Amino acid sequence: MSSQVRILTFKIDDRDVSAREGETILEVARENGIYIPTLCHLEGLSSTGACRLCIVEIAGRPKLFPACVTRAEEGIQVITQSERLTKYRRVILELIFSERNHVCSVCVSNGHCELQNLAQKLGMSHIHMRYRFPSLNVDASHDRFIMDHNRCILCTRCIRVCDEIEGAHTWDLMGRGVDARIISDLDQPWGESETCTGCGKCVHVCPTGALVEKGKSASEMAKRQQFLPYLTLMREEKE
Amino acid sequence: MNPEEIQTIAANQRKAKEQVPHHICVCTAAACLSVHSDEVKDALSDEVRKRGLEKECKVKGVGCMGLCSKGPLVSIETDGALYQNVTAKDAPEIVEQLGQKPVKRLKCSTKIPFFQNQKKIVLENSGVIDPDRVEDAIAAGGYDALIQALTAMSPPEVIEEIFASGLRGRGGAGYPTGLKWSTVSKAVGMHKYVICNADEGDPGAFMDRSVLESDPHRVLEGMIIAAYAIGAEHGYVYVRAEYPLAIKRLRTAIRQAERLGLLGKNILGTPFSFHIEVRLGAGAFVCGEETALIASIEGRRGSPRPRPPYPAESGVWGRPTLINNVETFANIAPIIRRGAEWFSSIGSEKSKGTKVFALAGCINNTGLIEVPMGIPLREIIFDIGDGIPNGRSFKAVQTGGPSGGCIPEQHLDTPVDYESLSKLGSIMGSGGMIVMDDTSDMVEVARYFMEFCLSESCGKCAPCRIGTDQMHRLLDRIVKGKASIHDLELLEELCDVVRSTSLCGLGQTAPNPVLSTLRYFRGEYESKLVDVAEAVKKA
Repeated sequence: MSSQVRILTFKIDDRDVSAREGETILEVARENGIYIPTLCHLEGLSSTGACRLCIVEIAGRPKLFPACVTRAEEGIQVITQSERLTKYRRVILELIFSERNHVCSVCVSNGHCELQNLAQKLGMSHIHMRYRFPSLNVDASHDRFIMDHNRCILCTRCIRVCDEIEGAHTWDLMGRGVDARIISDLDQPWGESETCTGCGKCVHVCPTGALVEKGKSASEMAKRQQFLPYLTLMREEKE
Repeated sequence: MNPEEIQTIAANQRKAKEQVPHHICVCTAAACLSVHSDEVKDALSDEVRKRGLEKECKVKGVGCMGLCSKGPLVSIETDGALYQNVTAKDAPEIVEQLGQKPVKRLKCSTKIPFFQNQKKIVLENSGVIDPDRVEDAIAAGGYDALIQALTAMSPPEVIEEIFASGLRGRGGAGYPTGLKWSTVSKAVGMHKYVICNADEGDPGAFMDRSVLESDPHRVLEGMIIAAYAIGAEHGYVYVRAEYPLAIKRLRTAIRQAERLGLLGKNILGTPFSFHIEVRLGAGAFVCGEETALIASIEGRRGSPRPRPPYPAESGVWGRPTLINNVETFANIAPIIRRGAEWFSSIGSEKSKGTKVFALAGCINNTGLIEVPMGIPLREIIFDIGDGIPNGRSFKAVQTGGPSGGCIPEQHLDTPVDYESLSKLGSIMGSGGMIVMDDTSDMVEVARYFMEFCLSESCGKCAPCRIGTDQMHRLLDRIVKGKASIHDLELLEELCDVVRSTSLCGLGQTAPNPVLSTLRYFRGEYESKLVDVAEAVKKA
């Protein structure tokens, strides 16, 4: 079957770009080397539009659009950088930092953390709201891995990779609002999970130090992201 | 059954009714039931039986009569008398006075503005028919519109009629109903769905519950007509589980409609088939948001997803889906029966028809009302609602629940329609109206609604999940006198961020109660602030 794919042209930050119909603004921006910050998005996994850091403006429309799920349209003018967007992204990032207990200096992911990198990149020097300091648990029941809820930002990459790529669906969410948290199986300790295959994909897609390998000290947990490009491939094979 | 048989039922029912000279109607909707109207009804039935009047007098349970604060309400259909605050002990006196002078002690005047200034379309049968009897609904014109649509109109003609009526979604946002129908009808796909959103969750709102409890067949009829218009074969009513009576009556109504061939296979003997299932919500406010509602129907976690694709294109099970609110569907049959022109002659230029409101809070007449669009707020509160009790004065009215805002005295002459209310920083919303007197603390009102949003946020997107919590903490500090001007500035900044960046309507509108109280009652916020040094000390 030969399917005709329409090609669209539009503008990102005054640059002319082209896209296949169905491509997202984020995909096109990345193809063209235009930076849009992301956190919950990961190429190869389904997009949820949850972290809201990839919001962009489209000229003439009052609303903001998450670039990871917004499809390119003919003739639109996308703006990825503006005073308003910079401010919103910074405040959202501050909100995420204030939510749980992110203490970079003692974190195993210090120096390898996507959240930390984003803060540096977006120029977030301090947080001007109060930290919530919730009391949260660490699940170290698994032989090889640790789930530290203090460092989780609820991006749900672990849930998606486990469900969509590994096919195990060990992880899911319980509770709602600020009380929402990641659980394994039906809120059993990870080590007792009957569905976990121990593949470790969740650990390596986790952007922070929430999912880590055991036996790592501060700053030692670099995620092996080399396999990430294959996620798309694995996903396509599955489909 | 075919249309003629349905019309025979109506005729027989009307004839049977004429043979009984007296009808005593007892409200059996939730508000009156909560003050034991069921006991009143039993006492009246016993009394009628004791006096051997079964042939001359019938006691029946009916839906909501509106004036909930004066319940239990009993009306005598034949002489138009209305009794308020009735107890079981009053039964002998009421039966005694049938056909004579009404019992003065219990009498509630129907000449008061509460009854006179209303215009009933959605509620025309509420408090008149027995919601448990389909024959009663049919005798009152129920399913006439369905017969008309199925036998005399093509699906595009039905859509055109709804379009021309100017009806807009009654769930709150006011999207043109005809446009929505025509979008779904044009969507490509074998299977389409119709969903009725009955997940009413705003604090102080009970319009949809009352409609389902009082006249469930009207909602079903609207859904069936919609299904015919867009070409759907399956529908869901998504009702919150906190409405047990509405669910019971709705299920009864579905069974009755199926038995009469008004629902199910080959409706009214035509090739058109449509099935309705009831799905119960599990107590999440966010499931009133259409994409979260669809996820919940599918058995998944009730959290919203980014749109597009809109449900009209990809809804339940990935199929084109039409979602309308209970009150929207309840408006369909009258429009088909009486025509778009009639409907569009009611209301204001951009907001047609009527709107049902639930009056609650510091107001004399709490209850359910239906008024033409464009009526000034003042008339609703001071005439229909009879003003503020206990000699207090009016301060603000909250419309639109946690997504809406507070409107102060100086804007009371604003006409009630979608555009005017949003210009004031509030929204029409689904119809909750909470009236506050001069003792209300507006910062506490804002904190209350933020607490609601905080506990109802699903937690999916960061701004809503964490932003509502941070805003609630700031409001709490202000109320407790621990906040400085910096906290107020931060609150305003968070309002802007959460409103502009949240994923769904819940987060996008969560700051509205704060923003509107800041707009009209900023002084109350500022009077609670302490200076920076003191705030640091108290932190």
